Amino acid sequence: MADERPTPGGIDRRAFVGACVAVAAPLVLSAAQQAAPAAPDTAHAAPDSAQGATGTPRYDPRTHYYGMGVDVSKCIGCGQCAAACKAENNVPLDPHHFRTWVERYVIHENAEATVDSPNGGIDGFPAPVAEGGVVRSFFVPKLCNHCANPPCVQVCPVGATFSTEDGVVLVDESYCIGCRYCIQACPYGARFLHPVSHTAQKCTFCYHRVVQGMVPACVEVCPTGARVFGEVHRPSSPLTRFRRFNAIQVLKPHLNTEPKVFYANLDGQVR
Amino acid sequence: MARPFAPWRGFAAMPQQVRRLAVVIVLLVAAYFTARHFLVPRTFGEKGHYRAAAVDSIAVLPIHYAGREACAMCHPAEVAKKAGSFHRGVSCEACHGPEAAHTTDPIGHKPTAPRDRAFCVRCHAYDPARPTGFPQIDPVLHNPVRNCFTCHNPHDPTPPRPPETCAACHGEIARTKAVSPHAQLACTECHTADPRHAQAPRQFLPSKPASREFCGRCHASDAPPPAHLPDARPPKVDLATHGPRYVCWQCHYPHYPEAR
Repeated sequence: MADERPTPGGIDRRAFVGACVAVAAPLVLSAAQQAAPAAPDTAHAAPDSAQGATGTPRYDPRTHYYGMGVDVSKCIGCGQCAAACKAENNVPLDPHHFRTWVERYVIHENAEATVDSPNGGIDGFPAPVAEGGVVRSFFVPKLCNHCANPPCVQVCPVGATFSTEDGVVLVDESYCIGCRYCIQACPYGARFLHPVSHTAQKCTFCYHRVVQGMVPACVEVCPTGARVFGEVHRPSSPLTRFRRFNAIQVLKPHLNTEPKVFYANLDGQVR
Repeated sequence: MARPFAPWRGFAAMPQQVRRLAVVIVLLVAAYFTARHFLVPRTFGEKGHYRAAAVDSIAVLPIHYAGREACAMCHPAEVAKKAGSFHRGVSCEACHGPEAAHTTDPIGHKPTAPRDRAFCVRCHAYDPARPTGFPQIDPVLHNPVRNCFTCHNPHDPTPPRPPETCAACHGEIARTKAVSPHAQLACTECHTADPRHAQAPRQFLPSKPASREFCGRCHASDAPPPAHLPDARPPKVDLATHGPRYVCWQCHYPHYPEAR
């Protein structure tokens, strides 16, 4: 084997390459350690490591688990919730993007349901066009159900949407690649692609408010108390009382998404 | 001459093709870990398959609605007035808009107060989908043109004079009854209302018929024609055989008894 013999210089080509790799690998790894603070992750989120930088150092997400109650029989369809949500969360004002919206169901005598939601209910509802008789009619506020078993989280290819420890499904806007899988996967139509940032957006339960002990904006402005916000598992919670005194249903229970938005007096026609 | 494979003799003693492959594998593994170090965000995987820092960046988003408790700190009179009214459950910011800026800069940011009829009818215009009992008006017929606050103080909306007709509050039922065979009957034919019901509707509820015999006063086979409506020909049934196990309004909606 001719190439096994040492070269006149005392080192052959393979030994040279091997030595290069042996020297370069630790250098590269240590350089990576040095460069880490400038990584794009930390450029987006300042309070990455600082515990108190969030302004709520005492907030412990592990001691909370949030849910919402919606009493359909109390909703008057004023659209305040949808309008307040847009103001609180800087949702585009066009009539195509909503984190929460109000639907009006009109059940006709042939048992067919007409559902409309002009501009999410923000501008009110025109008088219903009733051809033939109307059996009953009602409003249904809709929003992200913050499923305990969320299909949107399952399909996200990059881990940009997730369930937090306090039971809220959030979107990491700086990590979302805008592939729209989650929008397709959501059985409740609760997600949309932001027209400017081209990332998925959805209801956050006003996470920035609830970590400060406030209620979501839609709950704050609901004039009839049709929306209730609280802890799912805590005995002393407005939501627990709501679930104790009402017959509760969730939307599309057959999908096993285990929603944490609980509906009282929900009609069977509601999809 | 091929030597037998003997890794214990060291890297140099390995066959040439194994050494080449080993270098390539080491390079690939190093490249993988280097790329992963740069591409995967630092807090990814701390709490789950997501970037834990994203939660913090969402938690510090600005708040626009200050909450009704913040209003009460400076405006106790308005809050106290509202607390005793039918608008007690309505948040200040439901009408005045998001006012977190007003709490930090009370002079620079003044809340708006809606003054036109279009705002109030967002909640109070008649819509059959609204729950029964919720106060609703027909914006075209109800004191047209005048602003709502000329009669109703938004912080205590009960009007100074109680409504004189049932239809003022129960427009939904009045409209239904107006096109039904019972259109000629006054509400008081079947309901007796305490006069205080107009001021405090929930405390003083009107009476409702309780028995089949009440309907039978007009609709029993042997009932005389109603005294004040001598021309009326109400349909007659034999109370003993016509659905004896039920009260009438289980099948016939009294405000529209012939509803199909």
